[in-house]
Amino acid sequence: MAEEMRIVLRNYGKIDPLKIDDYIAQGGYKSLEKASSMDKEALIEEVRKSNLRGRGGAGFNCGQKWSFAYKADADEKYVIANADEGEPGTYKDRLIMENDPHTLIEGMAICAYAIGATKGFIYLRGEYPQLIDVLNTAIAQAKEKGILKSFDIEVRSGAGAYVCGEETALIESIEGKRGEPRFKPPYPPSEGLWMKPTIVNNIETFASIPVIIEKGGEWYASIGVPSYPGTKVFTLTGDVNNKTFVEVPTNTTIREIIYQFGGGIPGGKKFKAVQIGGTSGAFIPDSLLDTPVAFDNMSAIGATLGSGAVLVLDESRDIVDVTTRIAKFFEHESCGKCAPCREGTARMHELMQLVNSGKGGQQDIELMQKLGNVMSIACLCGLGQAAPAPVLTTIKHFGTDYNAKLM
Amino acid sequence: MVNLTIDGIKVSVPEGSTILQAAREVGVKIPTLCHHPDQAVKANCRVCVCEVEGNRLLAAACAQPVMEGMVVKTRTPKVIEARKTILELILANHPQDCLNCIRNGNCELQDLANEYFIRDNPFTLKVRGLQKDYSTPSIFRDPDKCVLCRRCVEACTVVQSVNALGLENRGVLSMVVPTMGGDLIDSACVMCGQCIHACPVGAIGEVEEIDKLLAAIADPDKVVVTQIAPAVRVAIGEEVGMKTGDMPMDVFVAGLRQVGFDYVLHTNFTADLTILEEGNELLQRLKEGGTLPMFTSCSPGWINFCETFYPDLLDNLSTCKSPQQMFGPLAKTYWADKMGIDPAKIYSVSIMPCTAKKFEAARPEMNASGYRDVDLVLTTREVGRLFRMSGIDFDKLAGSNFDSWMGAYTGAAVIFGASGGVMEAALRTVYEVVTGNTLEDVNFEVTRGITGIKEAEVDLDGTVVKVAIANGLSNARQLMDQVRAGESPYHFIEIMACPGGCIGGGGQPITKANAKRVERIDSIYVEDEKCAIRKSHENPEVKTLYDEFLLEPLGHKSHELLHTHYQAKNKKYL
Repeated sequence: MAEEMRIVLRNYGKIDPLKIDDYIAQGGYKSLEKASSMDKEALIEEVRKSNLRGRGGAGFNCGQKWSFAYKADADEKYVIANADEGEPGTYKDRLIMENDPHTLIEGMAICAYAIGATKGFIYLRGEYPQLIDVLNTAIAQAKEKGILKSFDIEVRSGAGAYVCGEETALIESIEGKRGEPRFKPPYPPSEGLWMKPTIVNNIETFASIPVIIEKGGEWYASIGVPSYPGTKVFTLTGDVNNKTFVEVPTNTTIREIIYQFGGGIPGGKKFKAVQIGGTSGAFIPDSLLDTPVAFDNMSAIGATLGSGAVLVLDESRDIVDVTTRIAKFFEHESCGKCAPCREGTARMHELMQLVNSGKGGQQDIELMQKLGNVMSIACLCGLGQAAPAPVLTTIKHFGTDYNAKLM
Repeated sequence: MVNLTIDGIKVSVPEGSTILQAAREVGVKIPTLCHHPDQAVKANCRVCVCEVEGNRLLAAACAQPVMEGMVVKTRTPKVIEARKTILELILANHPQDCLNCIRNGNCELQDLANEYFIRDNPFTLKVRGLQKDYSTPSIFRDPDKCVLCRRCVEACTVVQSVNALGLENRGVLSMVVPTMGGDLIDSACVMCGQCIHACPVGAIGEVEEIDKLLAAIADPDKVVVTQIAPAVRVAIGEEVGMKTGDMPMDVFVAGLRQVGFDYVLHTNFTADLTILEEGNELLQRLKEGGTLPMFTSCSPGWINFCETFYPDLLDNLSTCKSPQQMFGPLAKTYWADKMGIDPAKIYSVSIMPCTAKKFEAARPEMNASGYRDVDLVLTTREVGRLFRMSGIDFDKLAGSNFDSWMGAYTGAAVIFGASGGVMEAALRTVYEVVTGNTLEDVNFEVTRGITGIKEAEVDLDGTVVKVAIANGLSNARQLMDQVRAGESPYHFIEIMACPGGCIGGGGQPITKANAKRVERIDSIYVEDEKCAIRKSHENPEVKTLYDEFLLEPLGHKSHELLHTHYQAKNKKYL
């Protein structure tokens, strides 16, 4: 029986998020104090030892990332919290910021100390205007108490572009340019915001940091699956009884999330598929539901963990139709910078519409597979690389649904 | 040095090199589309993707730095499928009218489609049907053909600092647009045409007017007279299969006669004349405390730029018209009179390396002769087309001389075609006028070359004159900001809108790399060396013009015909 374990949501419902004293009473900012007394290299080593991997989707080792920025020689370095949270069906970052903004600020401040940054940004999703005040209040409280010392944090609101969740597009947006990704390398830890060393981490990643510092890297590394330890927050949507959120260790299986925490499928219907990680996630059939929700385990089944969105579809859903809508989403959200994504997302939508409307043939399926394979390895950024995943995985696992619609 | 393997070939390249650079070292050709040798890496077309052993993703060769021990494969089935698919995607929204495209035969996309033998495109052809922009007399835009490589945007913003082109919309609706999505004419566009050179396809080009010439030639009532700008000869050969600089001037003239021009004269003649007018204007400003530094005014792209971005500095501009526009009124007054031809019948055509010249000729104030001074401007590229259409075999063509009265020129006029040439020509004359001494060595090496900003000092009998030269408008902007701030140490500044000067003009044979501009510059100075006379004031026909018609530099007739005024453009968006 899987159990919930709250690390990033440890203060959820326990404190008034607008009262810093509530946070402090729960032991808040003690980790920052502890971190500030540590040698920077030892601090980064502690984070590396925890094997915390980025919760935004790419899963890069957090301590290692920090060490790159720490070692980079520059007159200015930046810490950016990626709160763009644009994956449909994902609201874990909002939960953290709404209910415990100080844990984010504490995580960012620890990072700033570790790498030697004095300026931070929270890049907030444009659709979260209500959080601007919450974050600014929390920042002001921490400043007032002198907790942040010389570290400044500024809240920047996005303008609604999905691609700005990609770290370099986010950086371009903060710089006042079109929200478009840069080619990598150089990676942000060496050349990021205004070409200075920059750490961009997800909200959930930052929120994990105070607890790791408090309890130690080894403790964290022992939770869940060793290659991707710790907990992960999932947000459940679609055809599931409990449309809720849950924070679980990473050795929890997809099936446990849907059936134990989600309470299964409503109305006595059968399970059809689940899409994990957001709109660019793979669709997973019943046969693969016993996979643990850890990065590499998901990769092994051709899926991704992504943001932690869990979209459940029951047997009554038309998966070809759902995938067509997803293809439309990517056509709309492609920034247009690189040719395979700009043209490819539009063509994928066109072909999906053709098939979905009963006018497609086998050759259209094959063309989508070729196009999808090319996009997934040739596009400039993660958006274009991941965009074909829903199409490719539904063709793979639900081929009969496609065949039923062919001319 | 970093050691890696490309398609099984070992290569060692400096750290920081890209896969593309390393591949070129060992002769492995990787296709590119958005890549430009003199611009920032864009990595947006993805045509150059390669396999790097151990990586799931393909790497863009133009952007991926080499790493020690890297194993790169550029020809695997995976790579070829990716490249072909990307080309199919680009071609599937590209008009399939190569046959009547201005870049037919000189198009990077066409070459790639050919190399990757794209035959049956699996994607349905969907051309967007965007509006073409013919709002300027110089440059047209055909947004349907745009492949969104963004090279024109960099040329306009970084190289020229004009910022007339930018991006609008996103995803498949993305497009390169003039400022605020309006017409080019309403943007800050100076019509320099550097975007044309940057464009890999036919999305931007010069407004073609060859048909107007053909109609004039066919009209028995018209006397068709032409002038050739200094920068044209070194480049025109490139249009007809010769190497840069290889077209002999007399063969070029003979070719123009074959095409049907009645008289062939030379803009070089008025380039020499410009030196006398502008040189004396400079001396007058120095003597009488006129506005300094004085700016040259030969480059119409630069004039547009100054009128657009520096309207407060218009008094610094020399009032001299450009050599093209000095030629225009003289051809319809002095020359017509000399030849006994009714000026109303003269159809004056100029052959220019420049797109902005089309705009300049159409300026309403350019009618000092009582007629439109220059009736038609053809670019070097248009004349290349004219030659190819006419089927002229230049190898077998006997040379021909220029016609009288406005065809003689000196080496000083020849070098007008390269950045620094006007300055050098002016110094050759001004030195002798001021000092009364003979200038033994006419070569002012410091003024030469493609360097963005050059400066020099010349001692004129105790008076030290400081001069500066800029080519490319972002370089010009630096000098202008200095002038505006009151911190300019110079007396005289030469500015050419285009990188390298007129040899790199927007109307020249498509010039992707600056290396080609350098080749043309070198040819210009070879031609200068070959001239028997290399100082403008020694041009015998110019002397005759003054003796018989103008009487003196800056005199009454000069002011009437050869000088002009400028107006702030007051563009809405800068």
